[in-house]
Amino acid sequence: MINILLITFGISLIYMGIANRLSTCINVLALQGVLLFGISFIELIEINTLNLIFVLFETIVFKTIIIPLFLKHVIKKNKIVRESEPFIPDFMSVGIITFIMLGSFIFANIIEVANIRKMFFIVAIAALFIGLFLIVSRKKVVTHIMGYLVIENGVFILSLSAGNKMQMLVNTGITLDLFVSVLVLGVFVNRIGNTFEEMNVDNLTNLKD
Amino acid sequence: MLFYYLIIALFIGIATLFNRNSIIRFVLLGMFLTLQTAITFYAYLHLNIEEYGYFKYDSLGVIFMFVLNLLSFTTIYHSHIYLSHRKDNSRVQSIYFAALIMLIVAMTAVYVASHVGLMWVFIELTTLSVATLIYHERTSLSLEATWKYVFVCTIGITITFIGIILLSFGIGESVAIDFSFKALQEQLLHVNESWLKISFLFMIIGFSTKMGLFPMHTAAVDAHTVAPPPISAFISTTLMNVGFVAIFRTYSIFAHTSIQPWINEVLLWSGLISIIVSAAYLLKVKHLKRMSAYSSIEHMGLTVIGLASGGIGYFAAIFHMVLHSFVKASVFYQIDQFHRNFGTYTISKTGNYFNRNRAGAIVFLLALFGVIAMPPSGLFITEFWIFKALFTSSHFLILTLALLFLSFTIYSLAKNFLFILFNQTKDMLPVQETTKVSETYSQYFLLALIFYFGIYPPYQMINLIQEAVKNLP
Repeated sequence: MINILLITFGISLIYMGIANRLSTCINVLALQGVLLFGISFIELIEINTLNLIFVLFETIVFKTIIIPLFLKHVIKKNKIVRESEPFIPDFMSVGIITFIMLGSFIFANIIEVANIRKMFFIVAIAALFIGLFLIVSRKKVVTHIMGYLVIENGVFILSLSAGNKMQMLVNTGITLDLFVSVLVLGVFVNRIGNTFEEMNVDNLTNLKD
Repeated sequence: MLFYYLIIALFIGIATLFNRNSIIRFVLLGMFLTLQTAITFYAYLHLNIEEYGYFKYDSLGVIFMFVLNLLSFTTIYHSHIYLSHRKDNSRVQSIYFAALIMLIVAMTAVYVASHVGLMWVFIELTTLSVATLIYHERTSLSLEATWKYVFVCTIGITITFIGIILLSFGIGESVAIDFSFKALQEQLLHVNESWLKISFLFMIIGFSTKMGLFPMHTAAVDAHTVAPPPISAFISTTLMNVGFVAIFRTYSIFAHTSIQPWINEVLLWSGLISIIVSAAYLLKVKHLKRMSAYSSIEHMGLTVIGLASGGIGYFAAIFHMVLHSFVKASVFYQIDQFHRNFGTYTISKTGNYFNRNRAGAIVFLLALFGVIAMPPSGLFITEFWIFKALFTSSHFLILTLALLFLSFTIYSLAKNFLFILFNQTKDMLPVQETTKVSETYSQYFLLALIFYFGIYPPYQMINLIQEAVKNLP
C-alpha cells in the first residue's frame, strides 16, 4: 500500500513537470499533501494521539488546505497569467524529470539503502532534485515557491523514512519554520506583484556588478 | 535562565513592535541591551553548563556571544542615527527595531544551541528576521535582494535538514538517535563512509549560505548591497559568525571519523574558491558596499582554510572571526556616514574624503589596515597563523594559490579605499550633509580593539578559544 502511494507521488511529480496551468500545479500540490498523510498514517504504526494530531495538522491542514488556498489567493490578487511559462519545452521537461528519477534510483543502489527504505529514499531524492529543476526552469516567481514546496514534500518523505526520531519540540519548530517561510515568501510575491508589471524573474536582475 | 531570556526578549520585542512613542522605544531598547549583557555574562560564569538538554554555554558560543553583545550596542546606536537621518516614521522604526531584537535573540540561541535540530530552527529564524531588515528601504532593488536572500537561504537550510536526516539514516534505524552534538560525535564513529560524506556535503552547502562561502555566497552579497548599513554590519559579522559556529560544530562532530582528511580537502577547496571568487569580483567592483561584502567572503574563505588545515589553524580561525567582526562592523558603520556625505555608494563618483570628513576618513584608513591584514593589526597575526598551519600541514598548492589571490584582493581594496580618500576628481558630488565627529567614536573603539588584541590578547579570550578547540584532533 505504501508503495502504491509512493509511486503515485512520483507520478504526480512528473505530471507537475508538464502541467501548464498554475491552478493544476496547485491541485497537484494539494494531492501530494493527501498522499503524504496516507503514507505517514500507515508508516507510524504505533501511533499515539499526539503524533496523529501533529501529522494530521502538518499534512492535511498545512499542505493540503492552507498553503494551496494561500497560493490561489496570491495568484488571484496579483492577476497572474495562468500559464506557468517554462523556459524549456514540456517534452524536454518530462525527459529531464524521468532522468532525475532514474538517477536517484541508481544513486540509492550505489549507497546501499536498506531494502524497505529504498522506495522512500528514491522518491524523496527525486522530489528534491525535481523541485530544484522546477525552480530553475520556470519564469514565474510563484512557481518558484511551488518548486520549494515540492522539495519540502521530499524532505517530509525522507524524514518519515528515517523513522521520525527527532524530538517533538524540534519537530514542531521545524514545521512552523517551514510554514512561516512559505508565508513570508508569499508576502514578498505580493510585493513583487505590486512593484513590477509582470512577476517574472526577468525583473529581478538589477543587482549585479 | 535561557528560557527566561527568550521569554523576556519576546515580550520586549512585541512591545517594541506595537509601541509608537520614541521615549518608550528608547527605554525598551535599553532594557533589551541590559538583558543581552546579563545573559552573556551569565553564560560566561556558567561555562559548560547544560540547560534543558538543548542548550549549552560552551566556550565557542560564549566567545561569539561577547562579540554579539558588543556589536548590538553599536548597531542599535548606529541604527538610531541611520533612522533619524532617513526621517522614517514611527511605525517603520518600530518594525525595524522589533526585527533587530528578534535577530539578536535568534543569533544568541544559535550560539548556545547544543542540539542540531534546534540550531537549525534558530538559523531559519535569523533568515526570516533579517529579511525584514534588508527590505527596510522598500525600493524595488531591496525587494529583489530580499527575495533572493530569503529564497536562497530557505533552500540552503532545507538542504542542511536533508543532510541531518541522511546522517540519521547512516547511524541506523535500530537505535534511538540523540541529535545533540556531543552524542552525535560518538555515534558517527560507526557509520559507513559514503553516508558520512553525503551528509557532510549537504550540511556544509546549507550552512555556507549563512557564512558566505563559495557555493552559496551570492545571496549574502546581494543582501549587503541594499540593506541599511548598520544591518550590513550585522550580516557581515555576527550572522557570518552564526554560519561559522554551525560549520565549526558540524566539523567537530565529523572530525573524529575516518573521513577527516576528505572533509579537510573539501573545506580547503571551498575556502580557496571563495578567495578566488572574491578576488575576481573585487578587481572590477564599483559599489562600496559590494566591495566590503566581497572582502568578507575572502575572510570567510581564509577562516575555513584555517579550520581545515588543523593545528594552530583552529585557534587562528576563531580568533580571525572575532577580529574580522570588529573591523567589518566599523567599516559598515562608517559607510553609513560616507553615504550621507556623498549621497551615493558608487566609488567612481566619490573622492577626497580626507578633506570632507577627516574623522571618518581615518576610520577608513585604519580599517584598511585591518581588512588587508597589515602588521600592527591583529588580523595580520591570525592570517600568519593560518598560513603557518597550511604550511605545516603541507598543503603547498593551496597555500600558493591563496597567497596569490590574496594579493589581488589587497591590491583592489587598497586601490579603492585610497581612491575614496585622496582622489581629486572634478565630477565629484557636492557635500550632501556634514557628519558629527562624535558618531565615529564607537568605530574608533572597535578599531582600537583589533590593534589591541593583536598585541595583548586578553588571557580570558585565549583560554576560551583554547577550550573550544581542545577536542579537535
